[in-house]
Amino acid sequence: MMRVFLSQDAASLALGAGRIGHMLSDEATRRGIVLDLVRTGSRGLFWLEPLVEIETPEGRIAYGPLSPADIPSLFEAGFLQGAPHARRIGRMEEHSYLARQRRLTFARCGIVDPLSLQDYRAHDGFKALECALRLAPAAVVDEVRESGLRGRGGAGFPTAIKWDTVLHRDAGQKYVVCNADEGDSGTFADRMLMEGDPFCLIEGMLIAGLAVGATKGFIYIRSEYLHAFRVMSRAIEIATEAGYLGPSVLGSGRSFELETRLGAGAYICGEETSLLESLEGKRGVVRAKPPVPAIEGLFGKPTVVNNALSFAVIPWILAHGAKAYADYGMGRSRGTMPVQLAGNVRQGGLIELGFGVTLRELVYDFGGGTMTGRSVKAVQVGGPLGAYFPESMLDLPFDYETLAAAKGMLGHGGIVVFDDTVDLAQQARFAFEFCAAESCGKCTPCRIGAVRGVEVLDRIIAGVERERNFALLDDLCQLMTDASLCAMGGLTPVPVRSGLAHFPDDFDKAPPLRAAAE
Amino acid sequence: MLKPVQWDDSRASEIIAMHASLDGAALPVLHALQDEFGFIPDQAIPLVASALNLSKAEIHGIVTFYHDFRRTPPGRHVLKLCRAEACQSMNSSGLAIDFLSKLGISWGETTRDGTLTVEGVYCLGLCACSPSALFDGEPIGRLDMARLDAVVQQARDS
Repeated sequence: MMRVFLSQDAASLALGAGRIGHMLSDEATRRGIVLDLVRTGSRGLFWLEPLVEIETPEGRIAYGPLSPADIPSLFEAGFLQGAPHARRIGRMEEHSYLARQRRLTFARCGIVDPLSLQDYRAHDGFKALECALRLAPAAVVDEVRESGLRGRGGAGFPTAIKWDTVLHRDAGQKYVVCNADEGDSGTFADRMLMEGDPFCLIEGMLIAGLAVGATKGFIYIRSEYLHAFRVMSRAIEIATEAGYLGPSVLGSGRSFELETRLGAGAYICGEETSLLESLEGKRGVVRAKPPVPAIEGLFGKPTVVNNALSFAVIPWILAHGAKAYADYGMGRSRGTMPVQLAGNVRQGGLIELGFGVTLRELVYDFGGGTMTGRSVKAVQVGGPLGAYFPESMLDLPFDYETLAAAKGMLGHGGIVVFDDTVDLAQQARFAFEFCAAESCGKCTPCRIGAVRGVEVLDRIIAGVERERNFALLDDLCQLMTDASLCAMGGLTPVPVRSGLAHFPDDFDKAPPLRAAAE
Repeated sequence: MLKPVQWDDSRASEIIAMHASLDGAALPVLHALQDEFGFIPDQAIPLVASALNLSKAEIHGIVTFYHDFRRTPPGRHVLKLCRAEACQSMNSSGLAIDFLSKLGISWGETTRDGTLTVEGVYCLGLCACSPSALFDGEPIGRLDMARLDAVVQQARDS
């Protein structure tokens, strides 16, 4: 039987993979061919999707991007034997976009059947778990510390410090919580991983549970990710039936259970304390810290809260050793980062690389410039709370400290490319508008400041008393930065100020007007 | 397509009971109710409050805090259009303005024939194929007006 691989990642489906799958099956049936159509996650080269891969003695041969009209000619050409065709790409591993990457977290994504334990094990799955079961909990934490792993959610806090704190708390119940509330625009790595390699996240959380002495974990998935939620929930059932999760993990006598929970459309729930409130069944209102979640987290118990990507790379670190991981990267940013290239870009997708690659390499060498073919004017790095950098700053390396020194942030690794039609005054206004819509409302700087920010920018854009309003805007940004309770209000000024600093002309378009009579 | 199920106290109580024993049950309960009835009517609030041993004010607070929970019934189909930056970079804002004015509605509203509700969302994680949307939960990428017109037609036909 011919094995054919097609992604059912939500983005692949958005590009028509569902229809291509039906057409492949129908056409095969018509020709009396029996196909074993394996649904995988995505390789993350979205401009080549829908993409189909055929198992041949020479490896998997890919064809894409496919339109429905291509299907009959693929069969005519003999694509099931890997024959030439206008859409033939060849082996994906040799494609320059993938060959230049260092896929550690995403080693299996797009290759395996996401819900096949057999596939997972055949690709080194659960080796790290066996290793963790042999090690003392503190030794696992040490390994994570030596890897230099920092939280991939956005804050970049050293993962081992959280784990170590929870490990040393004396409590009857501890929790492990995965933050999969991936709300930053331009990011989709958590989603791809959960849809394409859910057992990897399960294994990472299991190891965390064993390391800190937690017996229960939750994966909080945003409600926009229903496909990921379904795959993840099913994967947990399968892992539980197979004895990886439950009262005695692989017969070790140590217990760990996992549940998925769905968010409800609140960006703020990506903030860890707000997420915990939401998991407890409350409004997602931010908590004041201290106490940090590692001391008083979910239901008041010591809790490890990490991003999905942080957990998902743990199996690789344990299986290959902390040093092998730390050998990638630059400065204090060790290991690899799954970068997500998005927006107005020709070759958008997932690029996992050691830290230190420049934005220019990402946007041009990988991305191929803008989708519209116009010049790149700005890139926003790190989501809606990240800075807009001009083309002239694209030589910045992708690294926590460098981006912070340039008054931006790496965040969750998303890069959104804009062409020369973007108006940074409007983007700055949007930053406040978004904050006003998504603020939890607990602290005044964020709740009120965001609304005032929209008003001030509206006056600046209209040309009303510009000098006075620029001073007011600066004051407001400073106040929000200094006095907000969490990063939502505290970082909303980042995109605003970067727009002002790098694109001042955009704020100076309207002819000056005097203030309207009060 | 959403099921046009009429609100029913006893069916609602059954659904609530199915999820009430979960840790932090409020969100799973409210999601399950909305999946069944399409929205969370005011009658639901005392039922949920009593089952979870919380105050009506707390449940009201939760329902109104989260953007997902609707307090009025949606149209027969729901289109969630992304309004976040990656989609903006591909002119989603202009597209949305034209589309909504064509339908004669604003964000969150339903067409007069009850066919389609259009809701704005901030990011669907489909940012490498912007602009994007979810139509009755199914993802659509590289949206343009022709695709949106086809969605409206599909909504009207079914």
